[in-house]
Amino acid sequence: MTTKQGSTQPGTDDRPVKLACRNVWKLFGANAANFIRERDGKACMADVAAAGLVGAVRAVDLEIRQGEIFIIMGLSGSGKSTLVRCMSRLVEPTHGKVEFEGKDLLKISDAALIELRRHRMGMVFQNFALLPHLNVLDNIAFPLSIQGQDRSTREARAREVIELVGLRGREHFYPRELSGGQQQRVGIARSLATKPEIWFLDEPFSALDPLIRREMQDELMRLQTMLHKTIVFITHDFDEAIRLADRIAIMKDGEVIQTGTPEELVVNPATDYVAEFTRDVDRAKVISARSLMRACDGSEHGGAVAPDAKIASFSASIVSAGKPFAVVNGTGKPIGEVTPQAVIDLLAGVDRSGARA
Amino acid sequence: MTVTASASEPRPPLQRWLLVWAVALAAVLVLFLLQSSLPWAVNYPAEAVVPVADWVSALMGWIKSNLSWLTRSITAVLGVPLDFALNLLAKNFKIGHGADTVVLPRLSWVGVCAAAFLAGHAVGGRKLSLLVGGCFLYIALFGQWTSAMLTLALISIAVPFCIVTGLFAGIWAWRKPWAERLVVSPALDLMQTIPTFAYLIPMLLLFGNSPVSAMIATAIFATPPMVRATMLGLSRVPSEVDDFSEMAGCTARQKLWRVLLPSARPTLMVGVNQVIMLALNMVIIASMIGAGGLGYDVLLALRALKVGEAMEAGLAIVALAIALDRLSQAIAHKQAKGHIHQAASRSLWRRYPNLTLAIAILAVTTLLGLFLPAFAAVPKAITFTTAPLWKAAVNWVTINFFDIIEAFRVALILNVLNPVRAFCEGFPWLGAVFLLGLAGYQLSGLRLAALVAALTAFCAITGLWEKTMATVYLCGISAFIACLIGIPIGLMAARSDRFEKIVTPIIDTLQVLPSFCFIIPVVMLFRVGDVTAMIATVAFAVVPAIRYTNHGIRQVPPALIEAAKVSGCTPRQTFFRVQLPLALPEIMLGVNQTILMALAMIIICAMVGTRDLGQEVFIALSKADSGRGIVAGLAIAFIGIVADRLFNAWTAKARARLG
Repeated sequence: MTTKQGSTQPGTDDRPVKLACRNVWKLFGANAANFIRERDGKACMADVAAAGLVGAVRAVDLEIRQGEIFIIMGLSGSGKSTLVRCMSRLVEPTHGKVEFEGKDLLKISDAALIELRRHRMGMVFQNFALLPHLNVLDNIAFPLSIQGQDRSTREARAREVIELVGLRGREHFYPRELSGGQQQRVGIARSLATKPEIWFLDEPFSALDPLIRREMQDELMRLQTMLHKTIVFITHDFDEAIRLADRIAIMKDGEVIQTGTPEELVVNPATDYVAEFTRDVDRAKVISARSLMRACDGSEHGGAVAPDAKIASFSASIVSAGKPFAVVNGTGKPIGEVTPQAVIDLLAGVDRSGARA
Repeated sequence: MTVTASASEPRPPLQRWLLVWAVALAAVLVLFLLQSSLPWAVNYPAEAVVPVADWVSALMGWIKSNLSWLTRSITAVLGVPLDFALNLLAKNFKIGHGADTVVLPRLSWVGVCAAAFLAGHAVGGRKLSLLVGGCFLYIALFGQWTSAMLTLALISIAVPFCIVTGLFAGIWAWRKPWAERLVVSPALDLMQTIPTFAYLIPMLLLFGNSPVSAMIATAIFATPPMVRATMLGLSRVPSEVDDFSEMAGCTARQKLWRVLLPSARPTLMVGVNQVIMLALNMVIIASMIGAGGLGYDVLLALRALKVGEAMEAGLAIVALAIALDRLSQAIAHKQAKGHIHQAASRSLWRRYPNLTLAIAILAVTTLLGLFLPAFAAVPKAITFTTAPLWKAAVNWVTINFFDIIEAFRVALILNVLNPVRAFCEGFPWLGAVFLLGLAGYQLSGLRLAALVAALTAFCAITGLWEKTMATVYLCGISAFIACLIGIPIGLMAARSDRFEKIVTPIIDTLQVLPSFCFIIPVVMLFRVGDVTAMIATVAFAVVPAIRYTNHGIRQVPPALIEAAKVSGCTPRQTFFRVQLPLALPEIMLGVNQTILMALAMIIICAMVGTRDLGQEVFIALSKADSGRGIVAGLAIAFIGIVADRLFNAWTAKARARLG
């Protein structure tokens, strides 16, 4: 996927920032706003606890770029749901700025916010949040109907997205007649009906069983190749995160402790906490040739791979060839090589310093 | 485990309370023994009575004389739809005056019965259609049609009124927490604990003896469950659905009307069912201020001691109650299960076959009624009357069993009722205020203590102490017996599915019966007096004791029972050491409900000659003495509130301990 390749090179991503959090805080408790304002937006965890407050989101700085899948990963209680609700202003942040295309969301009027949500934001919920009294068609057309679109226009649009998520033939079913996976397809279709630019997915697949979850992840990737939305995706499942993400932010106790591509997290975990998550990851599927390559030493090459190719995609052939593979850039010029030994070390989990030059 | 944790708590505080209670009881005993030297502490001195009743009378008088334009216009406005419904169902429309009067007929009874069949069929299938249609047919064939339709007309106007008012009040309370805390909750508590009779007096005074005042009283009485259901339903909407409506860009109004209320519909429908049943109950009682209908028939028959007629009208009320209850419950149930998709169809007939058919049948039969009198009114030839049968049965019982019944009655009065009554009526008011306050303090703290003591003192300083205690005595003894019967039945039902299957329909039916109906059969056997009141009250109030006990035992988590079995408990030990302690808070809630229902019933039993606060209200009603009636009504409400708050505090404490 093209979107994925661009972001693996830090610093080279020149896509515009769609949504940014600037020192966002959400504190619960009496006088929380004064507390954080007096400290000028700076406080450590001990201060917050000493003031009798609960810090659901603390000092979060994030930039989400147009068209990327940005995943916020954290265990329950880490504040990820609160953070995504701060981004959409479902929860009013206690301090900080949330910028949508450079404009502070927290300063716009209620009417402007409603307008923004009606046309430019979409959200999918963990437990689907379908309206029990409406059938599939009406559920999906609901956001359009409250905008005042007439029946034929909105139903035509609803049928389009029903087609898109593969629910044709179920238009007149009610939510309780559908399986969990189908209900979430309705939820997805409903959030897409308004053609939003930014798409919030709050643990959309957590309530589904593992097989269906996988199917829905594939479905999401399929939709994204067609739609190129800016996606903010919440999950507590690290495997899901590395499967889908362009970039991941890992949260703990309300703070973002590391942001990066799956590969960066696996290769350079910032803390032991992050390392703990990445430990059981199938590294060959995350790490690319670029991370494993070394400078060419003149030996004969058994093949060529792109810098972004995952190790798993060529591990079998490099080991059976027994010769290093050249890593070539877009113009076909070799920029380094990957040795069979380095691949074997990675697969076997042997850590040899220098192997990751 | 939580059970053992509560047993291993430190002992001292408990022992200290035991000591406190011993001292307090001793002090009250001393007060009682010293009553010759301290008479004011036992019986509240008559010269110190605060004339609250006079103040209320003066206020009502002022309202009546100064706001009559308002009450008259309310009567006029509400009278329009009410008259329409009464004419449509019961009375025929009369247009014009004198010789050129045109009479448009009411809906034909054949049509209404058919509509009832179809309504049952639409929401609950064949079984329900037979039940509902059967109930209406029963009413028609037993010659109660016109009265029953009068009652139904009142309900059909009062219920939508209650639903709309309740919905808006509930929304308001849900939106504004301060409104809920300061206005709605206290108002609901009062509305539901003030006895039904007491509502009637101000209505009678302000709106006269008319169906309109009966309808207003009904509306006030039946609205609270709708308010509560709205609040509950809205607060139960999942927060994600709330979030969704925000993200879809709903305005506040769109969010409420298009997302939250439709999502809360199953809970709202449960509220509607309760509104209908309460409205029916109240319409029967409101026959005393001009509602007419079945309640009035019962009232007239009871006054004339025509047990047969009373029984017949009473059974018609039962039939109407069962039909309305099952129908509205089936609708609520259908709502809760959710929608099923159907092939979309444009024609009205395809989409609503039962509705269109019902309207067609109603129209055709009513038109036929213009030409065939058999359609307009139930022909005398096909109606039955069972009144002589009932009369004969009662006569037979009185002749053959008079001695046994009389012996039972006298023994009950001499050995149980009179001693308890003497004890209660002699109980020093100061002692009661003190002991209840102490209980409030132990259970919850100073605020509850102050509330309980103040409410108890109100009963004394308005000069109603003796009557209050007469109420407490009869209510207490009835509730006690109801628990004595109900809790064991509930326990048995919880332990045997077969027994539960037998009990459930019985208590379901007992619960839908208007309170009036309980008096009729008892009065036939035991004539008027305290024994009759007591037995009717026990029958009325036994339901929650059974229901809550059964539910409490059954909701003990199966994992805990398995844990008990695995650790080697015998069934007996499992029951006494695990199930019963865990179910106790729920059972106590049932006891609380039993007391409140007993209180409501005791008041209605004033009709069969008790001598308590109910009688006070009853007399005030017949004299239209609003001050006296309202103060007595408040005293009754306060008894209920004191009992309710103490029990709730106890239950909350027990719940907290069980975690």
